[in-house]
Amino acid sequence: MRSFIIRRLISAVLVLFAISVMVFLIFFATPGVDPAARIAGRSATPQILEQVRAAFGLNRPIPIRYLLMMEHLFIKHDLTSYVNVGDRVLPQILQAAPVTLSLVIGAAVIWLIVGVLGGVVAAANRGKFIDPLIMFVGIAAVSVPAYWLGEVVNYFTQSKFHSSIFSWVPSSGYVSPTTNPWQWALHLLFPWLTLAALYAGIYARVLRAELVNAMNEDYVRTARAKGLSERRILLRHALRCSLISIVSLFGLDFGALIGGAALLTEVVMGLPGIGMLTYNALQNLDLPVLMGCVMYGAFFIVLANAVVDVLYAWLDPRVRLA
Amino acid sequence: MLSVRDLRVSFATRQGALRAVDGLSFDVGSKEVLGIVGESGSGKSVAMYSMLGLVRDSNVTISGSVKFEGREILGLSDREMQSVRGGDIGMIFQDPMTALTPVYTVGWQIVEQIRAHTDMTKQQARERAIGLLGEVGIPDPKSRVDHYPHEFSGGMRQRVVIAMALSCNPKLLIADEPTTALDVTTQAQILDLMLKMQESYGSSIVIITHDMGVIAEMAHRVVVMYAGRPAEIGPEVDVVRYPRHPYTWGLLGAVPRVDSKNRRLVTIPGTSVSPLDVPEGCAFGPRCEHRMEICDERPVLHGPGDHLDACWLSDAQRLAIRSARSVAGGAS
Ligand SMILES: Nc1ncnc2c1ncn2[C@@H]1O[C@H](COP(=O)(O)OP(=O)(O)OP(=O)(O)O)[C@@H](O)[C@H]1O
Ligand SMILES: [Mg+2]
Repeated sequence: MRSFIIRRLISAVLVLFAISVMVFLIFFATPGVDPAARIAGRSATPQILEQVRAAFGLNRPIPIRYLLMMEHLFIKHDLTSYVNVGDRVLPQILQAAPVTLSLVIGAAVIWLIVGVLGGVVAAANRGKFIDPLIMFVGIAAVSVPAYWLGEVVNYFTQSKFHSSIFSWVPSSGYVSPTTNPWQWALHLLFPWLTLAALYAGIYARVLRAELVNAMNEDYVRTARAKGLSERRILLRHALRCSLISIVSLFGLDFGALIGGAALLTEVVMGLPGIGMLTYNALQNLDLPVLMGCVMYGAFFIVLANAVVDVLYAWLDPRVRLA
Repeated sequence: MLSVRDLRVSFATRQGALRAVDGLSFDVGSKEVLGIVGESGSGKSVAMYSMLGLVRDSNVTISGSVKFEGREILGLSDREMQSVRGGDIGMIFQDPMTALTPVYTVGWQIVEQIRAHTDMTKQQARERAIGLLGEVGIPDPKSRVDHYPHEFSGGMRQRVVIAMALSCNPKLLIADEPTTALDVTTQAQILDLMLKMQESYGSSIVIITHDMGVIAEMAHRVVVMYAGRPAEIGPEVDVVRYPRHPYTWGLLGAVPRVDSKNRRLVTIPGTSVSPLDVPEGCAFGPRCEHRMEICDERPVLHGPGDHLDACWLSDAQRLAIRSARSVAGGAS
């Protein structure tokens, strides 16, 4: 198991390196465009352009330019936005990351619990009324667009009923858990629920399908022949084996969300996370910030995938050998 | 000890009622090995699974009577069945590759069964599991007990499944084609093992197979099934030496000589009937060389002593056919 983890981490580092090269090439080495103008933004003066050329070594060969860029990003931490002059990229990301992490981790806990419960209850009650009900709610929740759901939730909690039943809901924004954990949770409650609603349904549906399949497997017949209770067979045998595919689904979703895919929810809910930062940088064509966000996103997606693979190996002994 | 009377299992399908088992009756005595043979689809597995409540299809209808040690077990609640399954009656399945849960060690799975039926502690159950693995011939059971199913070969896995089935000293062992998925050498070893374990545990066995060779090796008595119906029932010696039903003749003709490498079934002419439209009369009728007018009527099991068959041929006719055959066989 340990050697599996080490191997997986090494490959993660290699993937990250490859991604950084790709991102660099796409952003700064696309032929036919002056990279200095891109970095400096739309309204750059000739002096600034000169400054950028010097700072990023733009008249030197591409590998050197790559190394310089990485040095600015990871070693000197002084990659600077030229649109909002003087804003360093890294601190912005470091400030935004906890917001996104808080949002996504909280939502993930909720959707995993709800999704797994929903899937298990539906599978255990196959053919009864509750099963199609859960599946219907699931598909309905999946089909709702994120921004629409966010706007509706906002409308009810922030304006329509804000003076009555939702008077305890704080105005949108983010409070660090180190300042006030209670306010942190309160501010994030509806964003969590909104984001979780979009995923819980699909998890319940996928898990139900997996469970129904698993219950037809030979090993379940063996478990029945052993004289185990249906409940134990469902939870200890079928669910345990079905979790393997839930984990791989989760890794993809979680990595993507941490990496910025929660953008819509963040923007609608007014949370200053990575998604919001990316959104603003996009609107201003703020290339250094954008690249920082993309690198950050890639980092988390790769990390999440590595963690998922390790989890996978832990859940499924057959994977450990490979 | 096990007494099955007029067991019927039918599935409601879109094409109509599928009668998978249609009036099966047999007894298994204490320490007896009963073999059930028949082609694929003849309802052997469904018969066994339905007895134990393992047919989980909402479209199934099961009727008849299954008495285990005098107690009716057909129609027991799931809860009551749980102590019978794995406790009094152990099961061994056809495909050892998929019969074990892939994510738990074999020891864990044996311990799970022991603890479901006894109040042994985890440690005691583990000791027993190690002992059982040793008994079924797994080398180095102390360390193998913590291995996962995928770390065993097919034959070794079947040994694990046998160990598990025996873990609660069952009085009856039901084995559904326990060797079909294994190679020939392993098949022989597993059969030997089952006989050995049967001797030391004193359990009765019902063994399902396609293979008359397995029957000859293991069984005391035989049920030959065709299209969900019993075609012939009797002591192994009688059925194998003096088979009475034309279908059994076909099956026996289908057994290659013992020395041949490949024990696969040589097919009987014609295809097995679809269980969706079994004829009103004799189920084997359409494939039978000796078909007569009366075969449109369903034959009942009858015969001398405890050797019964469902065929309209008279003793004289059978004798004539058999002697003609053996002459032909001798000439070739
Ligand atoms: N759940 C089910 N629904 C409908 N038909 C079924 C179901 N299970 C089994 N059958 C049918 O019942 C018949 C008997 O099946 P069964 O598995 O008992 O045959 P078998 O004698 O064990 O064959 P094999 O040697 O291939 O294992 C088959 O025609 C099969 O298609
Ligand atoms: Mg079968």
